[in-house]
Amino acid sequence: MSLSVDHRFGEGGLVPPLSFRKTGLSVDAYVKNASLFCAVLIVGLVAAMLVVLAYAAAPTFQTFGFSFFTTNVWNPVTDHYGAVSAIYGTVVTSFLALLMALPVGFGIAFFLVELAPPSFVRPLRIAIELLAGIPSIVFGFWGLFVLAPLFQSSIQPFLIDHLGGMPLVGGLFAGPAFGVGLLTASCILAIMVLPFLAAFLTDVFNTVSPLLKESAYAIGATRWEVMRSIVVPSTGASVMGGIMLALGRALGETMAVTFVIGNAHRLSASLLAPGTTISASIANEFNEATNALHTSSLLALGLTLFAITFVILACGKGLVLMLERGKGA
Amino acid sequence: MSFHYQRRIWTNRLFTFFAAASATIGISLLLIILFRIFSEGISAFSFDTFTRTTPSPGGEGGLINAIVGSLMMSALAMIIAIPVGLLGGVYLAEYDRKSKLSSVVRFLNDILLSAPSICFGMFAYEIMVRPMHRFSGYAGAVALAFIAIPVILRTTEDMLILVPNQLREAAAALGAPIWHIVATISFQTVRHGIITGLLLAFARIAGETAPLLFTALNNQFWNIPMDGPTPNLPVTIYQLALSPYPNWHRLAWAGAMIITLVVLSLNIVTRLMTDRAIKKRA
Repeated sequence: MSLSVDHRFGEGGLVPPLSFRKTGLSVDAYVKNASLFCAVLIVGLVAAMLVVLAYAAAPTFQTFGFSFFTTNVWNPVTDHYGAVSAIYGTVVTSFLALLMALPVGFGIAFFLVELAPPSFVRPLRIAIELLAGIPSIVFGFWGLFVLAPLFQSSIQPFLIDHLGGMPLVGGLFAGPAFGVGLLTASCILAIMVLPFLAAFLTDVFNTVSPLLKESAYAIGATRWEVMRSIVVPSTGASVMGGIMLALGRALGETMAVTFVIGNAHRLSASLLAPGTTISASIANEFNEATNALHTSSLLALGLTLFAITFVILACGKGLVLMLERGKGA
Repeated sequence: MSFHYQRRIWTNRLFTFFAAASATIGISLLLIILFRIFSEGISAFSFDTFTRTTPSPGGEGGLINAIVGSLMMSALAMIIAIPVGLLGGVYLAEYDRKSKLSSVVRFLNDILLSAPSICFGMFAYEIMVRPMHRFSGYAGAVALAFIAIPVILRTTEDMLILVPNQLREAAAALGAPIWHIVATISFQTVRHGIITGLLLAFARIAGETAPLLFTALNNQFWNIPMDGPTPNLPVTIYQLALSPYPNWHRLAWAGAMIITLVVLSLNIVTRLMTDRAIKKRA
């Protein structure tokens, strides 16, 4: 149903009343243009960010070319920079975070949509939404003072003792227990994206028509079977989209990670070792970078991060839109 | 009972248990974090927190300059962001719902909503701090405004779309031009929702740290020059937390509690407002 008002007074024969005939129409043109300007400003902002960051990062790309993305060096003394360790840390922490948050988020959504008694749903929903709003510095701060010591004293030694010696996965849990490191950062990230993921999945699962679900229950399906064979398949694209939106958030998260990543520009197979992410490097080094190439390299990292998250968020958004369109048709 | 049937029952039980367990684990984990923040925060909290400025190394102090600086920057950011966000939302909802341009703006706006906040900081650094050769509260406010604009634009559009078209048509039939319809009919009808959006945007920027690290920087004095390094709560917490002094850590806990409290209560207020608005309509 499209009920659009024909706003073209004066053009299409509609005559505005006297009081507006002179002033009203010109004001309308001003307001329309001003609001158009503000809407276009969003496009301008994205474009300006890309252009300005690219311009500021240009010295780095001129010096190192594409090898900026393939070399594993980060040495402000010799003025040689490569993004591999930062990109590796970003991807690994985000991936691990989603790996941990996804089952729990899915479980919460399953619980809220199919299992929870109605009086439970609303308070739980509100709690999740409130938690999604807590600033990331609070999580990072908690990670530094509570989670990292806990990891150092008990969880990491346990992992090293029990998994460190295993074939295949042993390398992931090798080395001393630092407390801070890739695994700790991943856990904090997982806790941070959990509310977003749970809320998103609940919303998506709630869009499934009750008719479909009731039909399945009527032929004797269990709750899990309804979830697996009706709810998830009919929302597949949106679920994928939501996962990508969560990934986009995790990739760009700064403060939660900076506290507990360890800030070491190096590649190590072990998840217990300190590492760095793009955003953590920028947060740590930007104010201390004294030579122009160092600053420019950090800006190049920022541009890379912006580009990666842009693509991932765009894909996620596209997938979500696909389902909405499908519903509308 | 057949084996097959048994298996289905047990699979269902297994996953039901898994879902209930993950809901319990997830929620309690988050509540544990909140509890810790509040218990440590309250014990670290004192009268000094609101009356003294951030301490020199090893010394005692409070957070008053950081709190006031944060408020000033967030307020300025909102002053910049509100007109842009509201007007952008008005364009998408009232003037042009279906064109290509509108869908592009909508799409990019949604991406900006979850774009890394540190990128906004770098952008503000490049356009404000570098040309002016100084860190400033203005640069910090601009970075925060970039984060607030998409939030305001999105909620404004979402709210204006809820206004029934019959109302607009009735006003148009009386001869009102669009700007008049928007100002007196649309905004009036959903004003609670729009104020909710503004509060949410404020809650969002109140705790942002990354964009302020290299725009507003920080300082530890009772001196809040918006055209120089401006003290602010998030960066202060960051610096206090990474310091080696136990009394600074305690102050950081108090700061983390204040931010959490502000953001949580803003979110709860918006929640209550929306609930009331929904009840009124029903």
